[in-house]
Amino acid sequence: MNPLIIPLSHVLMLAALLFTAGLLGLLIRRNVIFILMSLEVMLNAAALAFVGASAHWGQTDGQIILLLILTIAAAEVAVGLGLVLQIQRRFKTLDLDVVSRMRG
Amino acid sequence: MENLPLVPLIPFVSAALLIATAGRLPKMVVGLLGAGSIAVAGLLVLNIGIEFLRDPTPMSIHLWTWISINEFKPAFAFYLDGLALVMMSVITGVGFLIHLYSTEFMQDDASFSRYFAYMNLFVSAMLILVLADNLLLMFLGWEGVGICSYLLVGFWYQDPANGAAARKAFIVTRIGDTSMALGLFLLVAELGTLNILEVAEIAKERWEVGATIPTIACALILGGGLGKSAQLPLQTWLPDAMAGPTPCSALIHAATMVTAGVYLVARNHELFMMSPLVMSAIAIIGVATLLLAAFTALNQHDLKKILAYSTISQIGYMFLALGVGAYSAAIFHLMTHAFFKALLFLGAGAVIHCLHHEHDIFKMGGLRQKLPVVFWSFLIGSSALAALPFTSGWYSKDEILLATWAVPTLGPWLWAGGIAGAVLTAIYSFRLVFVVFWGEAKTIPDKQPGLRMSAPLVILCVFSIVGGLINIPLEQVFPSQTNAHATGPVAWITMTIAIVGVLVSYLLYLRQQINVEPILNKPALKKLRYFWYSGWAMDALYDRLLVRPYKLTASLLKTELIDRFYNLIVESSVASHRALSITQNGKLRTYAINLVVGIALLAAFLTGIV
Repeated sequence: MNPLIIPLSHVLMLAALLFTAGLLGLLIRRNVIFILMSLEVMLNAAALAFVGASAHWGQTDGQIILLLILTIAAAEVAVGLGLVLQIQRRFKTLDLDVVSRMRG
Repeated sequence: MENLPLVPLIPFVSAALLIATAGRLPKMVVGLLGAGSIAVAGLLVLNIGIEFLRDPTPMSIHLWTWISINEFKPAFAFYLDGLALVMMSVITGVGFLIHLYSTEFMQDDASFSRYFAYMNLFVSAMLILVLADNLLLMFLGWEGVGICSYLLVGFWYQDPANGAAARKAFIVTRIGDTSMALGLFLLVAELGTLNILEVAEIAKERWEVGATIPTIACALILGGGLGKSAQLPLQTWLPDAMAGPTPCSALIHAATMVTAGVYLVARNHELFMMSPLVMSAIAIIGVATLLLAAFTALNQHDLKKILAYSTISQIGYMFLALGVGAYSAAIFHLMTHAFFKALLFLGAGAVIHCLHHEHDIFKMGGLRQKLPVVFWSFLIGSSALAALPFTSGWYSKDEILLATWAVPTLGPWLWAGGIAGAVLTAIYSFRLVFVVFWGEAKTIPDKQPGLRMSAPLVILCVFSIVGGLINIPLEQVFPSQTNAHATGPVAWITMTIAIVGVLVSYLLYLRQQINVEPILNKPALKKLRYFWYSGWAMDALYDRLLVRPYKLTASLLKTELIDRFYNLIVESSVASHRALSITQNGKLRTYAINLVVGIALLAAFLTGIV
C-alpha cells in the first residue's frame, strides 16, 4: 500500500528548494525580520522533508520530529521577536550590518 | 654502633635549625648549637670508635632503600670500617676544634648564624660522604660538601670578587663531578650496582686487569677526585677559594673536603687496581702537582695563598701514595695533614684576626713575642708540614716516599720528585715562619687571641707532634703492603731531607747571609718567578683555552644566530594570526556565509564529489 500519491523525490526537491530560498534570504537580506522569516522557511523545509520521508517509509518518527520542529520554531520566534523589538528600540533600525557590535 | 646514623644527623638537624631560625637566635645559642652539635657527634664517634676497636669487624647499617628501579637499588646505608672511622674521627675531631675557634673568630660578623649553618651542613655532608656504603650516596655527600664549599667561599658575598671565587670553585669542581657522574653511569651500565663492596667484587669477576672499560671507568671517577682535591689539571680553584673565612678554609680547604678525592680512590682501591694505567697516572699527577704547587708556594706573599698551595702540594703527596699503592700511607698523611694544616690555617686566621685583616706576609714580621701562642702553633705546624723528624708529618711522608722508592721502574723518579718537593716544602714553610715571626715588626697586633681560639691551637699543636704515633686501624681495609723497606742512603735521605730545606730557608730568609737579591732580580729569573707566582700561568692558560672561546661563543649566540630560526616560527605565527583575524569581522552574515561554505565543502568532501 502506498499512501503517498506524490513521489518522495518531488517532496525532497520542494524541500531543497525551500531550504535554498531560506538560506539565500538569510545570506542576502539585512533586515532582521526577513532573516527570521528565512529561518522559519528553512525550518519548514526540513520539516517537510521529514514528513515526506515519514509518509514514504510508513514510519511515524518523521511526524514526531515535525512536532519537535514546530515547538522549537515557536520558541525561536518568541525569543527572536523579543530581540527584534530590543534592537529596534536601541538602534532605531533593523539593519543587521548597522547594529553589528560583535567585533572586538 | 647503632648510633652511627646519628653522627651525620645531629649536625644536619643543627644546620636545619640554624637555617630555619634565619639568624634570630642570640649568638650565644648559635655558638652552642653550632659547636655543640659537632661536639656531640665527636663524642658519638669516640664511643663508636672504642667499640669498633674492640671488635674490628666492618658493619653496615641499612636505613632504607633510596631508589628502586628494577635491579638497581641503591640503599641509604652506612658502612663502618677502619677507613670510615679514621675519616669520621678527623672530620668530627678537627671539625669540632675549628667550630670552637670559629665562635670567637666570627664573633663580630653579622652573619654569625649563617656561617654556623653552612659549617654544620658541611660536616653532615662530609660524614655522609665517608660513611656511604654505595657510590650514589657518596655522590650525595660529595655534592653536599661542594655546595657548602661554594656557600662558604662566597660567604662575604658583598664583595663581587668573593662571589667570583666561589663560582670558580664551584665550576671547576663541577667539571670533575661531571666526569665522576659519567664514571658512575658507566659502572651502573656495566656492573648494575653502585654498592662499593659489590662493585669491587663484580669488577674482579667480570673484568681483566688493564682492560679498556675499567680503565675508562677509573679515569672518569678519578676526574671527580682531581677536581675535589685540586690536583692537576683542576687545581686552579683552591687558591681563589681562600676568599672565604679562614676557619672554613681550615676545615674545608685543608683538613677535610679537599682530601675527599684521596678518600674516593682509597675507598675504591680494588676498582682502581683493575687499571694499572690509571694508577700510574695518579702517581704522576701527584708528583707533578706537588712540585708545581711547591714552586708556586715559594713565590706567594699572601699568607693564606701560601697555605693553599701547600695544601695542593700535600694532597699531591697523598695522590702519589695512592698511585704507588700505599693506601694506608695516603690516609695516614691525610690525617696528619688534617692536624697540621688545620693548625696552620687557624694560626694564620689568628694572625689575620689580630693584624687588622692583613694578608701580606711582608707587611708582618717580629710577631714572635707579640703572639706567642700563634708563634708556637706556626712553628710546630710548619715543622710538621716540612716533615722535620719526629713530627707527625715526618712519619707519614716518610712512609709515602719509601713506598714510592719500592715501586719498580717508575719508583726512583717519583721518589726524586717527592724528595725535591720535600725540600721545597721545608723552604717555603720556614720562609713563612721566618718572615712573619722574626725580623722587625711592621704591623702591631691590636688584640690577642682569646681562649676559644688558643685552646684549639694548643690541642692541634699536640696532635701535630704526636699524631704520627697514632696507629690507624686500616689493616683490614687495604691489602698489606710488601714493600721491601729501603735501607742505606735512600732511607737516610728520605728521613733527613727536610732539614736541608730548613737550613736553606734559614740562610735565605733569617740570616740573609747569601744575598740572592741581585740574582733574583735578573730579568730572566724575574720572569720565571712571576711565572711560578701565577701558579705556572695556569689561570691565564685556561682563560685563553676555555674561558675566552666560551665567552666568544656565548656572545655570538647572543646575537641570535640560532634564535633567528625560532624567531621565524614566532613571526609566521603572528602573520597567520593576522590573516585569520580578518575573518572575525563581527558581521553576522559573513559568519553565516562561512558556515554555509564550510558545510558545503564538508558535504562535498564526505560525499566524494571533491
